[in-house]
Amino acid sequence: MIEKETTSTFNKSTGLPRKRFYRARAHSNPLSDSHFPVPLSPSQFDYSLHYPQLVPAASDDDNPKRIQFADIGCGFGGLLVALSTLFPDKLMIGMEIRDKVSEYVKERISALRTTNPGQYQNISVVRTNSMKYIPNYFEKGQLTKMFFLFPDPHFKEKNHRRRVISPHLLDEYAYTLAVGGIIYTITDVEELGEWMKGCLENHPMFEALMEEELENDLVVKLLTSATEEGQKVARNGGQTFQAVYRRIAPPL
Amino acid sequence: MGDAQMEEGDNTREIEVAPALIAVDPAQRSVAVAVGSDLRVYDLIGDCPVSLVDDSAKPFHSDSIRAIRYDASGKLFVSAGDDKLVKIWSTDSWFCISSVCCEKRVSAVAVSNDGLFVCFADKFGVVWVVSLKGDAENQALADKKAAPMLAHYCSIITSLEFSPDGRFIVSADRDYKIRVTVVPKNPLDGAHEIQTFCLGHSEYVSCLDFIHSPDYPHGLLISGSGDSTVRLWDVTLGSLLDTCEIGSKFDRRFTFFLKAELSATDGIEEDPCHAVTDLCTCPNGTSVALAVQSLKGIMLLNCNLSAKTLSMAKVVLVEGETLIPTSLGTSLSEGLLWMVTGISKLQGFDHSSLARVRAVSFPEDDGRDAEPVLLRDDEIPGGQKLLERLQGSVSIGNDVFLAASEALKTSMRSLLIKKQYSDEKREFRKRTRNDRKLKH
Repeated sequence: MIEKETTSTFNKSTGLPRKRFYRARAHSNPLSDSHFPVPLSPSQFDYSLHYPQLVPAASDDDNPKRIQFADIGCGFGGLLVALSTLFPDKLMIGMEIRDKVSEYVKERISALRTTNPGQYQNISVVRTNSMKYIPNYFEKGQLTKMFFLFPDPHFKEKNHRRRVISPHLLDEYAYTLAVGGIIYTITDVEELGEWMKGCLENHPMFEALMEEELENDLVVKLLTSATEEGQKVARNGGQTFQAVYRRIAPPL
Repeated sequence: MGDAQMEEGDNTREIEVAPALIAVDPAQRSVAVAVGSDLRVYDLIGDCPVSLVDDSAKPFHSDSIRAIRYDASGKLFVSAGDDKLVKIWSTDSWFCISSVCCEKRVSAVAVSNDGLFVCFADKFGVVWVVSLKGDAENQALADKKAAPMLAHYCSIITSLEFSPDGRFIVSADRDYKIRVTVVPKNPLDGAHEIQTFCLGHSEYVSCLDFIHSPDYPHGLLISGSGDSTVRLWDVTLGSLLDTCEIGSKFDRRFTFFLKAELSATDGIEEDPCHAVTDLCTCPNGTSVALAVQSLKGIMLLNCNLSAKTLSMAKVVLVEGETLIPTSLGTSLSEGLLWMVTGISKLQGFDHSSLARVRAVSFPEDDGRDAEPVLLRDDEIPGGQKLLERLQGSVSIGNDVFLAASEALKTSMRSLLIKKQYSDEKREFRKRTRNDRKLKH
């Protein structure tokens, strides 16, 4: 009986977890005190737990592999899964504040690892509030790509400080990104799209990618095609607004 | 568990009390104490109490002062707090040069080493900056507008400090973080470049100070925290150099003091945590003085700048009275460490805002083991007149300070320590959420 219940949360043919068992509220308050564990510093983040094959626990490697891509608010993990095979030698992490959704991504990755031996070893997920704890996970200049895809728009002006892209938070993202690293943002809400573009445009440590660079970047296409939110917008024939910027050295 | 029981602790809101604060002019020309909304200054050169002059639209403070400090030259003095006003005073005439309005309550202030910028932090984690350029000449009461400089994401900033070389501004918060930010050419445009984060504390960070010497002009950062540790950091790299556990089992000599003091003060439960509430580097340049929750006195640590280590040195107990310092201050030139205890808005006592001031002298360091000496009231510079001004009264009953230290402990705990709820209680607290309501 119990066994039947536990297996039924997975799709029989694909072995993947079924989303209907992981429904969650669409919004989460990023201002509330967190009660989940957070590493005290990046050195205390246990890589062997997240990437057991690529970063074994007892490795005495002086220069171990470090996470390079972070998907902030990864949702159901569509982008991570697509990026995993595109950049098999890069470690990536999804960060999600909603407990059930991060639980889904965890199951999804573990199912993918089981059905595709040797693959999907480079992606993982944590449940965390990235607006508060980014520096607890990554060292200065550690990341080369950061993704903010279809974030919560927080329409009301009084809630603008809850937006994940804001002038002050960009300081922290600039700290975490290596010079040359790229920040990808996309939304289907025009007002938020303008806000995110404005924040990035006015920040002294980011510059926009050229049209040509955007066309040659394989990842840009995934922003709409790989994510669950992006597919939904496409289904409904909606518009999307993206802003892709490069981290540059601060002007002297 | 019944609803009423669940509710307990949620609604019994403690009245917010603010600790008394002390600041000393760098050349010890004056001493300032803030208790509640009251700012008291004593002029040690003229040996007289100072009367402050404030012609601004909102004269003087109307709510608890949470931060006071002199600038490095001693020409400026800044006070700020719960009334959302930052007042900048000229110490020549004790005239309020500028009154800056803030949107939120102010929790920390700092003045750049050149005395040109005043920075203050609010309870929502934003650090603001005001320029004082040009004010020296016209002395006009300008309505300054503050510009946002940097922000911690919605976390109370507990301490702000410029590095001795002026390159960095360091901010500490309730979320265990210390952020080191590069001070840009024009701080009014914002400080976007983060040098590093100093991470390692496992509770709120309560206080910061730099220790430096002619041989080590960049200095090292010292931080105190609610996790009962004091830590030593290199702010260029963000590396943790040493950790000193207050009351750890390895220092039985000192835990003895803490335990003895503790059982005498609350007697209810043994609190294993000795939160560090304030710290300041001592006149001798190698010691760090600590105020520790429930310690009737101060603790001294030795900091070895070349070896980059911190070690417990001694405890200076205040005999014969209940004095758990709420704030420490020192002047670098005169060899005196000042301490104050007291709170605002104490319930159940006649005197609403009393303070007690004591001083410890550090003798010239010719004999290696020169012991710090706690000065008697008549030995303090300014003597009775100073105490009358700064304390509000010459003699104050012991029971007042006992009650005060308890009230303060509770208040600081509810302000800075994160609440822990059991799963059951967390579910219960969600009962009024809109999506839960619909189910019934």
